[in-house]
Formats: sequence, structure tokens, C-alpha cells
Amino acid sequence: MRWSKLYTFNCFRGHHGDASADGPSSDGAGAVGGPGFSRVVHCNNPGLQKPLKYPTNYITTTKYNIITFFPKAIFEQFRRVANLYFLLTAILSLTPVCPFSPVSMIAPLAFVVGLSMLKEGLEDWRRFIQDMKVNNRKIAVHKGDGEFMYRHWEELCVGDVVKVEKDQFFPADLLLLSSSYEDGICYVETMNLDGETNLKVKRSLEATLPLEEDESFKDFQAVIRCEDPNPSLYTFTGNFEYERQVFALDPGQILLRDSKLRNTSFIYGVVIFTGHDSKVMQNSTESPSKRSRIEKKMDLIIYILFTVLVLISLISSIGFAVRIKLDLPHWWYLQPQKSNKLDDPSRPALSGIFHLITALILYGYLIPISLYVSIELVKVLQAHFINQDIHMFDEETGNTAQARTSNLNEELGQVHTVLSDKTGTLTCNQMDFLKCSIAGVSYGVGSSEVEIAAAKHMASGDDDHDMPLEDIWEENNEDEIELVEGVTFSDDRLMHGNWTKEPNSSTILLFFRILALCHTAIPETNEATGSIAYEAESPDEGAFLVAAREFGFEFFKRTQSSVFVREKHTSPNGTTEREFKILNLLEFNSKRKRMTVILKDEDGQILLFCKGADSIIFDRLAKNGRVYEVDTTRHLNDYGEAGLRTLALSYRVLEEAEYSSWNAEFLRAKTSIGPDRELQLERVSDLIERELILVGATAVEDKLQKGVPQCIDRLAQAGLKIWVLTGDKMETAINIGYACSLLRQGMKQICLSIPTGDQVAQDAKKSSLTTEQAAKESLLSQIANGSQMVKLEKDPDAAFALVIDGKALAFALEDDMKHMFLNLAIECASVICCRVSPKQKALVTRLVKEGIGQTTLAIGDGANDVGMIQEADIGVGISGVEGMQAVMASDFSISQFRFLERLLVVHGHWCYKRIAQMICYFFYKNIAFGLTIFYFEAFAGFSGQSVYDDWFMLLFNVVLTSLPVISLGVFEQDVSSEICLQFPALYQQGPKNLFFDWYRILGWMGNGLYSSLAIFFLNLCIFYDQAIRAGGQTADMAAVGTTMFTCIIWAVNMQIALTMSHFTWIQHLFVWGSITTWYVFILAYGMTLRSGDNYQILLEVLGPAPIYWAATLLVTAACNIPYLIHISYQRSCNPLDHHVIQEIKYLKKDVEDQTMWKRERSKARQKTKIGFTARVDAKIKQIKGKLHKKGPSLTIHTVS
Amino acid sequence: MTPGCLIATFLVIGIIFVPFGLFCLQTSNHVAEINRRYDVECVPNAYRGNKQAYIKDSAISKNCTLEVKVLDHMRAPIYVYYELENFYQNHRRYVKSRSDKQLRFGAKYTGESCSPVQWDHNGFPIVPCGLIAWSLFNDTYDFTQGSKEIKVNRKNISWKSDREHKFGKNVFPSNFQNGSFIGGGKLDPTVPLSEQEDLIVWMRPSALPKFRKLYGVIEEDLEVDETINILIRNNYNTYTFGGKKSIVLSTASWLGGKNDFLGYAYIVTGSMSIFMSILFALIHVKYPRPQGDTNRLSWNRKNSNN
Repeated sequence: MRWSKLYTFNCFRGHHGDASADGPSSDGAGAVGGPGFSRVVHCNNPGLQKPLKYPTNYITTTKYNIITFFPKAIFEQFRRVANLYFLLTAILSLTPVCPFSPVSMIAPLAFVVGLSMLKEGLEDWRRFIQDMKVNNRKIAVHKGDGEFMYRHWEELCVGDVVKVEKDQFFPADLLLLSSSYEDGICYVETMNLDGETNLKVKRSLEATLPLEEDESFKDFQAVIRCEDPNPSLYTFTGNFEYERQVFALDPGQILLRDSKLRNTSFIYGVVIFTGHDSKVMQNSTESPSKRSRIEKKMDLIIYILFTVLVLISLISSIGFAVRIKLDLPHWWYLQPQKSNKLDDPSRPALSGIFHLITALILYGYLIPISLYVSIELVKVLQAHFINQDIHMFDEETGNTAQARTSNLNEELGQVHTVLSDKTGTLTCNQMDFLKCSIAGVSYGVGSSEVEIAAAKHMASGDDDHDMPLEDIWEENNEDEIELVEGVTFSDDRLMHGNWTKEPNSSTILLFFRILALCHTAIPETNEATGSIAYEAESPDEGAFLVAAREFGFEFFKRTQSSVFVREKHTSPNGTTEREFKILNLLEFNSKRKRMTVILKDEDGQILLFCKGADSIIFDRLAKNGRVYEVDTTRHLNDYGEAGLRTLALSYRVLEEAEYSSWNAEFLRAKTSIGPDRELQLERVSDLIERELILVGATAVEDKLQKGVPQCIDRLAQAGLKIWVLTGDKMETAINIGYACSLLRQGMKQICLSIPTGDQVAQDAKKSSLTTEQAAKESLLSQIANGSQMVKLEKDPDAAFALVIDGKALAFALEDDMKHMFLNLAIECASVICCRVSPKQKALVTRLVKEGIGQTTLAIGDGANDVGMIQEADIGVGISGVEGMQAVMASDFSISQFRFLERLLVVHGHWCYKRIAQMICYFFYKNIAFGLTIFYFEAFAGFSGQSVYDDWFMLLFNVVLTSLPVISLGVFEQDVSSEICLQFPALYQQGPKNLFFDWYRILGWMGNGLYSSLAIFFLNLCIFYDQAIRAGGQTADMAAVGTTMFTCIIWAVNMQIALTMSHFTWIQHLFVWGSITTWYVFILAYGMTLRSGDNYQILLEVLGPAPIYWAATLLVTAACNIPYLIHISYQRSCNPLDHHVIQEIKYLKKDVEDQTMWKRERSKARQKTKIGFTARVDAKIKQIKGKLHKKGPSLTIHTVS
Repeated sequence: MTPGCLIATFLVIGIIFVPFGLFCLQTSNHVAEINRRYDVECVPNAYRGNKQAYIKDSAISKNCTLEVKVLDHMRAPIYVYYELENFYQNHRRYVKSRSDKQLRFGAKYTGESCSPVQWDHNGFPIVPCGLIAWSLFNDTYDFTQGSKEIKVNRKNISWKSDREHKFGKNVFPSNFQNGSFIGGGKLDPTVPLSEQEDLIVWMRPSALPKFRKLYGVIEEDLEVDETINILIRNNYNTYTFGGKKSIVLSTASWLGGKNDFLGYAYIVTGSMSIFMSILFALIHVKYPRPQGDTNRLSWNRKNSNN
């Protein structure tokens, strides 16, 4: 059987090879052998191929290998400036200039670096395992003498002949030689490359068709000369030299790695590009290491602190040098005459330099290494919470959300733009036949989500725009579940043969026949169950066929020339099988936007069935075919508004004579040779596709994934912009836009596309420009027009949508145009890019990321989204049915798109606040502590003596203040997760960066500075020279240091207690536990004689001294008063949103005053122009407007 | 964290702090203190121009008598302190130069930590070693009232734990301060370190360059307007580094010595709090913001601005 007969248009591509067989003179092939076209493939001849040294098919995506891991990973670690600084201090700690013991410097550094390296290593190991899996896949390779053997993918070499079987992935880029079909075609699924799910047809050269079985490769020899490896998926140029003839190759013969063989039992191919040379690998971009914005800013703060550190160290060392020079000779009690080089009065400069190092280490508390440890730890715990969140658990797949890198948790709270893939992400790639309009009557009671919600909204009769939609959602969800499980289409008028009783039953019969006959699908009978599955080029056709089967028209067999349908209700005898002879098939393409089949039924009548876009069909209707036009148009608009894909169906009865004369012309066009063949075909097709009679229209729902519209709605309300990037064609993308409420009627669409080839060519001729320039010119003017349109718009409610085509995008992404394009895109409420290649997805992402300068999030599920996922600030992979590539490349993986809402609005919001507050607090506490050490220097002759015991300082960050701040970073929540979801506007605090702006950072630093001053000078004045006890004893350095340290512990722990708004027993335990730990420690430390002057300091010296406790109380209060003033001011004069909500919750106002609560919840949504809510609002406005015009007379206002 | 709650917090802080501050102040006022600088006064006029020569010349008598008038009634116990100024006991080189182990266990623990005073010129270990011990303060004071001697108790001036655990009962000073280069005081080699209380007090370095250390306790009351004579042996060299020496007699309260600062600090902090509570209360009254007032939500405010 030659299935290819069905693809009438494609048939003739095969001849193209013959046409150019005379020599490599046709356009692209001319370059073969020139620069960039140097590849030579000796097929089936490893002896000749070997010397050319092309890489094998082994791929590796790891960053390190066993040898390079250590040096490379260490290098990576010490690229962080902070780590480098710590390394330096650790090295210096081995010298006598260090004021502390070396272990206390080296151990934390080793811990931090070790932990990070371990993490890196684990991630790389996972990548390695993944690579190994791919490399070890098996493929049948020709071993010689016509024998094929299974080998690992990695062993494959250029020139090998391979046999790929059904549903296998192609191991490398192959040249198709022959397939199980006689005419050498095969079907390919390129999901992993471009996200498109429809099957693509590839066709071998006629010359290689005889190579049909293993045996025939015994003596097969050929040479391919072609282009060098490049990332372009849709181009290929090369020559195939076989049997002393040269054939030109085009992309139609190339099978790309990572695409899949479908519907074809096997193919033979020659390997052209292996491993990293293959197009898909060329498309992959280096996975960049990502760091969150907060962390980058933190680095900046670290630099500032480092400057401060150097500054105060300089002050110290200069002070020290001056002191040494001027005063030390007089300080006989220091025996200056016996001094060493560290404090030599005769060489003050040298001593000063040594002291600088000492000071840098001593004041190192300003830049806490523990900050990095704590942040790492907190992020791991946060990631753990994300992984454990039961609300992001998908019951179907059993997958939870996975934070694959914990670096970016807080970045989730700052997302500005979401870039989403379509297929597999927004949609399940499943079509449902939902409605149809036959003979001007609309059938199908199933409603799309938009309709249900809008109807309910209206039915409630509530004029209040702000009525919450939650209830509608909830009920709606129930409906949805029903729809997914049951038969999608339900209308008793048509089902179970009832249509025969309808008034227009003959039209309905025609309608069903068109559904069952006008397509290119192939039925596949499941042997076990007897049920029939359809392999269709597009899922729409599959949906039609399934629907037709439900109506009683089961398409079950296709032969070369006929289609067989089992009809249930057309004859009184019950089920009958009918055969329709297919005479011609005029294929669908995006230019024609219609598809036609001409067939002869059993009565010998010649029928033409045509289905296509409504505008195209309506133009071609006969005068007597327009009976239902008005009604159908109305229905089509309704369907379109409801987010359904529509097609109009029509037919025509042909006279025998008319057909044969046309067919003759058609055959002539078919067999014509030359570039205008396609034009000819189109012209001829056009001749017959007219005088049509409209039958009706279909409406198919591109099944969205569960909860997608709601999720998009909420994300839009949270102020996020959503871009859809899809490999699908424009129509499909726009339909999905409607379904997701990213587009709606009344939105002004700005469509950017490159005019078709001939038009451009004509323009180019006129203005003597190259085709490319002309295309660019036209795009430029389109963008300018669009911008103008947006600018001139006065209506504040007007929304714009930008739809751009892949080709246009290629120009729009060029340097000179991209900013214009971006500016236009920013103005538009929603942006949809169609026909984008994986590389373009990544480029668009980069453009958005760099152009807007805000955080971008990319979400996708397939290998074609990997580039985008890696390029975006945050990459989210959907761990669904598709391969794991997207997930492997992602930073977070979720199993359904709808979980994105919770991931961002709840976890993102929390993590952002937590990390921001945590970092601020960390700086505060270390400034408060570190500066007291500096102040003391001024009183100790800048000698590098610390007022605190070494142990206190060591424990300060590690034990005494670490747990509260970690609990802040892990558990803090300003509002509960429900409120986060109910008030999406709270999310805006993240993108606006309210909690980590300079005002707040400097505020905290100022607070730290103030606290350090308060702690140091209050204590100093209290313990100046007077007795501290009734027993007359005065305070020594140990007593002063310990008291000061006690004050610091109290002050910083009180501060964090004031900062926290969410207290559980854990926080209480940590905060008060830290303070208690200090007392316990000082007691225990005081027991050991190692403690020096701190021996029994609490029990004997300070404990019984009331002044110690009085000072603690005073200093703690004094340190926290400014913060109290700040929050008092904020609370009473300038409350933030979450403060008010906290109050409402605290006072239980939400329970008492439910209307207020609901009103606020709906108000809390960002004014948005996209999303479901906006759509319902627009709809209501529209209906109200209509009602208004019609006057008071009440009309039926059902929405559907 | 409602405004009301915050106002109350401020008020509570104020209400506790102000009276407590007043109480501290009053306590401090009841402490009587006599402070007399003597480092200049005690140098004979002939040496005023070259104080160092005076202090370094062991031939010159260092005795010096001061007359001090008691201004307030001083109730026993009266603490006697010496006060040094511009003496960097907290210098790192100084603080490091000691050996706790040696003080506790004896000469065999002499080590580098005491540098540069660990071995005498014969290479024998110095006990106690280190700069701190070496520079032991060695002025002494005797008090007389008319002809009556006022007894100064020099016992129990150090911390008990120091005496009992940190300074060895069986460790005796050896090779200490007998060379040519003498820093501070000498120690009786027959008395164990645990009983050398002057040394124990001195060995606790002070936090600041100006400090007081306990010298002894006068265990009788001193009446107002009494004149007491202090016989000072002015041995300690503060002249080289321009330090000051004072003698201080002070009574003590439960808070310790005269410490007005604590009281003032409490009062200032407390009144600040009260001021703040009043301020915010006024703001609250004038611009009341009902709890959970939805008009303050950002989205509502934006609307009202438009």
C-alpha cells in the first residue's frame, strides 16, 4: 500500500530529486563543498570514513569529569568573592598575626565549600546518569554483509547505516534511505524538537527506494557532501552521490535526533551528524548557573561591608602604627625594647601592615561566613517544604513538586513575566469535540468554562462587579471532572440515532459524513479489544473521527483509494458498511486553510467535501449554499468566544463531466515541473473549491490541563505577565489564547508576520531590496503601526494582544529591532509567539530577561523548552508524560501547570520574604556585634585585643544566634497560605522588592550601627571605673566583655522576636532557647579553668551584681526602641497590605463581616486585562451595553 | 502588633524605667567618694621637671603624705582603690603575656605565652611570668587620722574563685623582679600566689586604660569633716607614659560605686518611651486607623488617589 497517495501534494516532492539530479546546480546545493559545507559522509564505508574524524555519537552534558571535578569545582567555589576572602583569612589564621585560633577559621570554610561542592557533584552525577541512559540505548546498525546488530547509541559513527523501528527515537541525524512503505515515506514526531505533536512526513529519495531490506545494504556505497553542523532545524543542504549520480538533499529527507518514528514499522538511514554535531544538540545551550537577584544584591552588600571592613581595619592599623611609633616607647610595662616585628616601634609601617591583616581577621565578623552556611541550610529546608507540599502533589502521576536547585527559592517571589510553552504545559494535547452547528441549529450542551462562569455570574443578577468568582470556580471544577471522564459531546438530539428525527436530518447526515470522510487519518485497530484508534496528523481530526463514531459513523478502514465507514443509523437494516472512493485529496496547509476531499459514493455520485476556516469557506459558498450562513456565523462567534477551535464544513455535488475536465487540469498541474508547480496546484484546487454549500460548523475544545485557566487568571491577578511561546501554528496558538483567556473578543490583536514569499519578492523587486530586507521593512512598519495604535488608544479598558510568527520573530529578535519589539510587547496585555524554534524560545526569554530587567520564569515540558528553561531566571519543568529533558534542565519541576500558582504565590512569596528578612537581620546582627569589637580597639590602643573571649565570638554566629534566624528563614510567614492565594496582590511585594530595597537594607544596617553604639557605650559608661558590686570590686575586661556580650545576645534575639510575625513553639524555643543557651554556656564555661578570667564569672562576679542585670535590661530596651518606633510608625500611619490583613485576621473580622472580606478579596486582584476574570467582566460590560441599547424591555440574555 | 499594643509597650517600658532610674540615681547619690590624684603632688619640687629621674632613682625617698578631708559621712566598709589613667592594661601584647597554668601549677609551665618575661637572665623560669605580673602596681598607702592609725584590710579584695582555683596554693614566686630591670612591685617568695591578693587583683586586666583596682577595705566609719592623712609610697612609675595616679575612697551601695550614669540612662530611655507612647497615642487619636481598616490596603489606596 502506498499511503503517500493520500498526500497528493507531497507526492511530487519526490520528483524534485530527479529534477535536480542532473547536477548540483540548484540554489542551495551550489554551496556544497564551499566553506561551511565541508562534511563528507562515506555511507556504509567505515574504512573511508574513519580518517575524517567526526565525533562519535557519545554525548555528555556534565560540567565536570572525575579529573576536572576537583579543580574546576573548587575554582567555581572560589569565584565567589566571599569565599575567596574566607580562604584568605583561613590561610592567614595559620600565621601569628591572627587573633583567633586557626581551626575556628578553617572549619567553617571547609564546611561551606564542601557542602556546595557536594551539591554540585550530586547534580553532575545525575546528569551523568541521564547521559549514560541515552548513550546506552540500543540501535540496529549494519555490520556488513547485510547483517544488522544492536549496538549502543554512543558507538554510532558517521556513515553507519541504521535501522530504526517504530516508536524508537532516532539516535543521530539521519538521511532517510527507505522505509517500510514502498514509496519511502515515514512519519516522524518532532515533539522534542519543536513541541508540535502532529506527525510530519519524511520521504526518501527515489534512488534509494530499492534498499528495502537488510540484505540490500551488503554492497551499498554512497557519499554525502553536506553542510557543517549547525543549529538550524528546518534547513539542510547537501548532495547525495549514489551510483554515479548526484542528488540534491533537502530537509525532507533528514531525520533529526530526538524525534521519534511513528506509524512506520522501520526505516533505514545513514548517519550524517553524530552526538554533539546533531542539530538538536547544537540547539542546546550551556546550562548556566543561576543566582537569584537577592543573592546578587547580597554580594553587593558584602562588597560594601568589605569596604567598611577594610576601612576600619585601615583606621585600626594606622592608629596602631601611630601608637607604636609615638607611645609604645613610653609604655615601659610592655617592654618595648624586647618587641618583635609585629609591634616594633622602630618600624611602625611594617607593624601597621601586619596589624592590618590582624584587624581584617578580627573584624571579619562583619562578613559572616555563617551567613552563607545559614542561607544554604535555609534554602535546603525551604526546598524540602516545597517538595513536601501536599497541595502540589499530583495524584495521577504521584509526583510532587521538586525544587531541583535550592538556589532560587526566593526568586520565585519576584517573578515578573512567565513564559510558557503551550503543548503539554497549558494543554494536554487532547481535542474534544464539544459543539457543532448543523443547518443553523447549534447542538451540544456541554459548555466551555468561560460560558459556565459568565452565565452564573449573570444569573446571580448581582450588579456588583466585584462579586467573587470563587464559588463559580468551585462548581465549575466539578463540571470539569465530569467532562474529562465522560463523553464530551452530549446532546440527545444527535446521539443514539436521534438525529434522524431532526427536521434537517439530510443535512445532518452530510455533516457526519464530512466528519467521517474529510481527513487524512489512518485507523489502527487494537487487536485485543477490537477498538479503533486513529492516527491523525492533527489532534483535531482525531477528535472529529471519535465524534463521528459516537454519532454512528465509524471510520474503520482506509485503502489506497477508498475509505470505509460503518454507518449505524442510515439504513433500516442497522449497521451498514459503506465504501467511498477517494478521487482527490487537496491537503490542508496554513496558506489554504482548508482541506478538500473529492469522492464517489456507492451510488456513483461525486461529492466534494470541504472543511476549513470559516472566512475561507464563506467566501466560496454558492448563492444557494448560504441558507444557514447567518445562524452559523453567530454560532461560530459564540464558539470562538468560548475558546473553541472552529471549522466550517461544506459540500458540493459535482457532475461527472465537470469533475473529469477539472481532474484533467489538476493532473496536468500535478505533473508539471518547475517552481510554479505549487502555484499551479493551488490555482487548480481553487477552481473546484467553490460554489460550496454550507452544512455547518464544528467546535473543538483544545483540552486545557486541569486548572489552567484558573491558574492563569490568578497569576494575572497577581500582576504577572504571561507570554505563550509555542511551536504550533498561529491559528492553534490563537485558539489556545482564547481558551486560556489570554485573548478575548474585543481585544485588539496585533499580528506580526512576514508576508508570504511572493508578496515579499514583489515588494523586493519594486524597491530593489533583497527579500530579507523587504521582509524586515514590512515587519518594522508593522511594529511601528502597532506601537502607534497602542499609543493612540484612549479607552483605559482596551487591551492589546500581540501575536507574532516565528519567521517574523527571527527578524524581531535582531539587535536593531528587538527593543522596538519588546516595547510593543510590554504594552500588550498578552503576547503569543507561534512557530518558534527552541533556540528562538531561548532568545525571546533572553530578550525579556535583559530588556525588562525583571525576573522571568519559563515553564515547559518538552525537550524543545530546554533552552528557554535554562535561559530564564527560573526554569520550571513539567514532569508529565514527555521525556525528562525539560525537568532535567529545570530549577523546579511540577507535575501540572496549575501548581505554578501555589509555587509562586505561596512559596515564592514566603521564600522571598524569608530570605530577604533573614539576610537583613544577618547584616544587622553582625554589624551590631562586629562594630563593638572595633570600638573597643580605640580604647585598647588599636592593639587587636578583643574584649570578648574567643569562645564567645566563635559561638556567636554558630550557636547563640543561628537557630532563631534559621527558623525565621524557614518558618516565617506573614500571612497564611490561604490568604496568599486569596489576595494575589500580595505577591506584588516581591516583584516590587519591598523587602530588600536599599531603604530597608540600609535601615537594618543603621539599626545595627545604632545597636552597636548603644551596646558598647552604655556598657562602657556603666562599667567605667566604679565598683560593680556591694563588695567593692571593680569590673575587669572579662566582666565588661561578658556583660556586653550578654546585652548583644539579648538585643539581637529580642530583635528577631520582634521581627517575626509567625510564632510557633519552634520559634519560641529557638529565640528563648538561644538566650538560655548563652547563660548555660557561660555557667558551664565558667566551670572550666580554660576560661581564664571568665572563670565562674556568672556565678561569682556578675550574677550577684544587680548592675549586670540592670545593664542588660537597659541595653536590650535601648537597642530595640528604634525598631519599635519604626514599626509603630508603620503600623499606625503607613501599614503594608499584609499588616492590615494580619489585623483583620487577628480581630476575626473576616468571620464577622464576610461581605467586606469577599469584597476585599476581589479588589485585591491586580487590574488586569487578561485572564478569565477580565474576560467575564468584559463580557458583562458588553451585555450590559447591549441591554442598555435595547432599552428596558427585558430580553433573554443567556450567554451561550 | 497593633498600634495600641505598641503604645502600651512603650508606656510599660517608660513606667518601669523612669522610677527605676530615679531609684538608681538616688542610690548612687548616697555613695560617698573621695578621689585624690597624687602622682604630681608627690614628686618633690626639685624633680618636677624630670619626674622620670625621680621615680627611677631608688635613692630618693618615695614617701609622700596627703591630707584628705572627708566631705560626707562614710559608712564602713569604705573601699580603697588606686586609679590609673592612660595605662593600657588591655593592650594585646600585655593581655597575652601571662600563663594561667604557671600561676596555678608552678614553674614547669613557663612558656612562650609569657613572652617577653618568662626567663630571667640566668635562664631560670620567672614565677609569676609575663608582663602583667612583671608590671605589678607597687604603691602602698597607710591611713592615719590624727595619730590614730586607720586599719586597712588587705584581705579578700580578690575574687574567691581566683584565690582558690586559679592561683596555686603551692606556687611561690621565684626569680621574680630581682634583676636589674625592675618593672613594678616585688613579691614575697615565701607567700604562695594564692595569698598574694595584690597580684591576683592586678592580674585581671582592666577593660579600659583608665581603671580602678581595689587596694583594701577600711572597716570603720569616717565622719564628715574629719581629716585623714594618707602616707603614700609613690613607687610606681606612671611618669614615663604620662599616666595619672589617684587614690579613691568610696563606699558602696547594692549597685556598687557611685554610678549616676545608670540612673540617667534609665531615666532617658524611660522618658523616651513615654514620649513615644504619647506621640503615637496622639497620632492614633488624631488620625485614627481602625484595626484592619480595608481602606489602607494598597489597592484601595490607589483607587482613592485616582
